[in-house]
This record gives sequence, C-alpha cells and structure tokens, in this order.
Amino acid sequence: MLLSYLKLAWKVLLRRKFFTFISLFGIAFTLMVLLVVVALFDHTVGAHYPESRLDRMTFAQFLHVRYKDGGNMNTPPSYYVLDKYVRTLRTPEKVSIASNFHATPSYVGNRKLDLDLRYTDAAFWQIMDFNFTQGKPFLEADVKAGSRVAVINRSTARQYFGTEAGVVGRTIVVNQTSFRVQGVVEDVPAMRFSSYADVWVPLSTSPDDLQRVQLQGDYLAIILAKSEADVPAVQAEFEQAMKRVPLPDPKNMEYLDLHADRLIASISRQLMSPLTEYKSDGLELLYPILAGLALLFMILPALNLVNINVSRIMERSSEIGVRKAFGATGGKLVSQFLVENIFLTLIGGILGLLLAYVTLQIISGSQLLAYAQFEMNWRIFSWALLVTVFFGVLSGVYPAFKMSRLQPVQALKASGK
Amino acid sequence: MEPTLTTSHALTDSRATTSLKNTPMIKLSEIEKVYQTDTIETVALNRVNLTINRGEFVSIMGPSGCGKSTLLSLMGLLDEPTSGTIEIDGRPVTSYSDKELAKVRNHKIGFIFQSFHLINDLSVLDNVELPLLYRAGMGGKERRQRALAALEKVGLSARTKHFPSQLSGGQRQRVAIARALAGAPEIILADEPTGNLDSVMGEEIMELLLTLHREANTTIVMVTHDESMALKTERVIRFFDGSQVS
Repeated sequence: MLLSYLKLAWKVLLRRKFFTFISLFGIAFTLMVLLVVVALFDHTVGAHYPESRLDRMTFAQFLHVRYKDGGNMNTPPSYYVLDKYVRTLRTPEKVSIASNFHATPSYVGNRKLDLDLRYTDAAFWQIMDFNFTQGKPFLEADVKAGSRVAVINRSTARQYFGTEAGVVGRTIVVNQTSFRVQGVVEDVPAMRFSSYADVWVPLSTSPDDLQRVQLQGDYLAIILAKSEADVPAVQAEFEQAMKRVPLPDPKNMEYLDLHADRLIASISRQLMSPLTEYKSDGLELLYPILAGLALLFMILPALNLVNINVSRIMERSSEIGVRKAFGATGGKLVSQFLVENIFLTLIGGILGLLLAYVTLQIISGSQLLAYAQFEMNWRIFSWALLVTVFFGVLSGVYPAFKMSRLQPVQALKASGK
Repeated sequence: MEPTLTTSHALTDSRATTSLKNTPMIKLSEIEKVYQTDTIETVALNRVNLTINRGEFVSIMGPSGCGKSTLLSLMGLLDEPTSGTIEIDGRPVTSYSDKELAKVRNHKIGFIFQSFHLINDLSVLDNVELPLLYRAGMGGKERRQRALAALEKVGLSARTKHFPSQLSGGQRQRVAIARALAGAPEIILADEPTGNLDSVMGEEIMELLLTLHREANTTIVMVTHDESMALKTERVIRFFDGSQVS
C-alpha cells in the first residue's frame, strides 16, 4: 500500500508542476535558511577547532558594574582583575589570560596588511587545541622573559612571507615591533572570538601596563576545568573569588559581577542583558526566543503549504470519494495524504540540504567571515531531517483531517458529478 | 410498504438459491433525507420503505431531483439518512462507526458511477485494484490476480497499463465495472452507468451488467433515466418528489 501511495504521490507532484514548484521552493528555501543559520550558530558556539575541549571550558569576558544611580558599565575586565582573582583559582586545571584581538597594521613592502593581533600567555596553548603545521607555541619562559616571539596562522604566513614553508625563525613586524616566528597554526575562524587571531604574541610584550589596578581592560580569561563534571565547582569558586574584588568607587558603585560562563552562556549574557539587566546569563530566555523565531520562520511556509495542500487535496475530492466508497477509512486516507506530504517535504528537504550546502560553500569561499569553513555535519543533517518531517506533518495534518471528515457522497459531489 | 417482485428474466438458479433470493439484501425502513441550509429545508426522501432481495436486479427511475441518487447513496452507505434504518444483509448499519461502514462498503458493495470516477493518475490495473488495497491481509500478488480477472470479465485485459485518459467512455465505464467487481461484492450499485455513453456503448454496458447478474447472481440496483434499460431489469421502482410511486 505504501508503494501505491508513493507512486500516486509522485504522479500528483508531476501533474501539478506549478504547485509542486511553489511547495518545494517554500520548503527548500526555508530549510536552507534554517540550516545556514544553524551552521553559523554551530560554527560559533559548537566544539570546534581550536576550542575542541569546550565541554570543560568557561570564559570570563565581560565585567559589569552597577551604579547606584541605576547606570551600568559593561566592559572587558582588566588584566589585573583576572590575574589576581582568576588565575589564582584552585579548582581549574588551567587558567589562561589573553587580550582581545585588534587589527594591527603591518607592511610587506608598500602593501599594508591589517593583522589581528592577540596577546596571550603560555597556558593559552595548552587549553586550546591548536594544530601547528610548523614550529611550536611559545612557553612560560618566553612570556616571563618578554621574548618577542610570535605564532602566526597559515594565511598570515602566505600573505606576509609569500610562502608557508620555512617561516619559523623569520621575523614579522607587527605594529612596528619585530617578532620572531616560533610557530605556524591552521587558520582559526573569526567567529571563535576567544581564540581567533592572525598573530599571537606573549602578554608580556603588550604595551599596556598590565599591573595597573583598575576594573576595566581588554582581556578575557579562559578556564579549563579538570572534567566536564568539575565545571560547576569551578564556577562556584569563581563566584566566591569575585566577591573579594573591591569596588574602586563604593560611593557611586553598587556592585560588580563577572562570571565564568560556558561559551553560549557568555554570548547570551551580553545579548540578553537588555532583558535580564545582567542578573542571569539569559539562556532561559535565549533558547525560547531562538525556538520561537525558528518556529515563526517555519510556520509561514508551513501555513502556505497547508493552504496549497487544502486546495490540492480538495481537487482530489473525486478520488477521496471513490476511496471512501470502496472501503477506505478516514484514518487510512489521513495516512495516505500524510505519506504523500512527507514524501513531498522530504524531496524539498533534500533540495534544501543541497541549497544549504552550496550556500555554505559560497559563504566559506567568499571569506565574508574570515577563515570560516562551514561544513554540513551529521548534527546539521539530523536537524534538517527533523525539521523536514515536522514540516510534512504540520502542513499535512490539517488538510488530511479536514478531508477525512467528508462524507463520501459530499466528496463525490464536490468533484462535479 | 413491501414492493412486489416483477421479473423480466427467467430465474434459472437452483432451489437453494431461489430460497435465498427471497431474503432481503438491502432493507430501508422509514427513510427520510432532509437537506437543510440556513433558509431552506429540502426533503429529498420522504418515509421510504424498500426491500431489495438477494440476487435481484432492480432499476430505479424518476425525474431529475426526485431523490433516486440520494437513495442509492444511502443504500451504499455513502451518506447518512436523517431518520429511518438501513439494513444490509440483515444487519442494521445506521449506527455503524466510520470503520465499520468502510468494512461493509469494502466487502459487500461495489459502485459504478455515471462519470466513472476513475483516478486519472493511476493505471487501469491500479484503479481496479483499489478496493482490494483496503482489504486486510490481502497481499499484492492476490490483488493483482483478482484485478486482472475482473478486467478479463469486462474484456479489457489488453489495457491494464493504460491510463483512464487513454480510453474511450465505454472502456472507462468497463474499468469502473471491473473495479466494482474486483472485491467480489454481493451488491452492485450503479448510478446511471450508461448516462454518459452513446446508445451503442450504453447497450454494451447494460449487457455486461445483465451477464454479471446472470452469472454471479449479484444483487444490482441501477438508477437510470432510460426506460428501455430499466425494462431489462427484474423490477422497476419509480420515484417522484422523494417518494416511491410504484
């Protein structure tokens, strides 16, 4: 019977080419957009190179100060705060402090290169899972000694030296300072805000006064717990440590907070701050909002499909009447039309998947987002499958139900005896 | 009001069959069908009492709008009466669920419609197989064999892979008859089966129905406008304005 339904579904699709095109386009386009968004989301917050140990990592990126007059200050913390109160935590396996990256001018002959520069410590290389194609990371001793050494990515090697081969030991001048290249790593996508850069150099070479006592700065802490299960303990110790940070201006400042958040929570805390006023990481709002937006985005083409399906099914009222006359129950007819609809949406799903793949390749190739390499993985594929079946059921249930309620004689009459 | 049996064909069945012939196959008691809109109430059938016996070939005649097609729809359980009871093969079906009605339609009744109602996207063979799709436990092979046998009976064995649009009107009606026969129903309900055909094709279809009736002793109820066709059946029931007049 399933084969018979599928045969008929295929013929119906071919018979109504325009409707089929509209339906398939709606499904494929929506799915493509969703898949691209999911891929971007996954690319930004999923466990990917070089943040492959994301399940054990937390990030302290923004320090919030609440003023007594109701004002807020939200800023990256200073090196001083992180060094004194975070690096000294006992529960984590490792703590790294790094600066945020900034575009920094560099010249190759007369050609200007804007290289994104990040100052890091030695722990950074141990927490992150960088893939060195040449050389090695700089060590604690380099950082302590203020050695002018650098790790660069492959693209920088190509752009600056014209080759990737044999660049270790050569000198790169960034921001009018010379650094000896100590290692070359695979490019890190720009969406990985905590690890991305073109050039990484020791913190001790920073022109900033690292020991200056102040709250605000331009740094972040990356904390690696001993295990995923240890993360809450790390966060608890972190919270306790933050309570010890003195307010520099208690007369005007009410309190400050800085949190060790998982990657998605650290992004959510910033995004949702207008709603949460920094009182939580906002994940409890972010997820429903994202789900709601996705649903809203899907519901429009789904409603369109419902509409098309109602007219498509009603056009087939003769068939419905005949099937009922010859013994089909309402349930059997609902199954038939659901099978047909899921078949249609699966075709749309496959097209959407192909479109998403092509779009992601184009986005990757265009380097609109530096070093982004979007790939269709099984997680995204499963998403697509789930969304497609959801579409099929959602858009097929109502018309099929409506049709199954028809008396056979009504269905036969509706077809114009 | 029990109708009298008038026959135009000699009964050649055995004594046992003859005794069965007098048992009611379709029994309508006090059937009313009223179509109601916000402003108008139309009585399509008014207190109809009618019994069709097993193995009878009955025709129903009457002017347009007299309720004959409504009557056939009620007999075929395609519609519900406003009041009254319907018995099929001795069992009252008026209170049956959708599932139970579907089962009775599938096992006991075959329909032939004036406008054929074939599914244009399905081949002739697939169209004829349709009633068997809903028969529990029947495999694809048996379905195919039964459908082919039904097509052979109507002389369309050579057209199994054709689609309805590739056939003439007469051929389409033959396919519809084969579909009605495929499930070996005890009752065939034909709503103006020759109405959309020219006289030659109409005669052919009528002969086919008569042959089926003779050979399989199927109970056939046929709605027709054509007096000459009606007179070939065993009994003619006439309707006027929702009531049986003879």
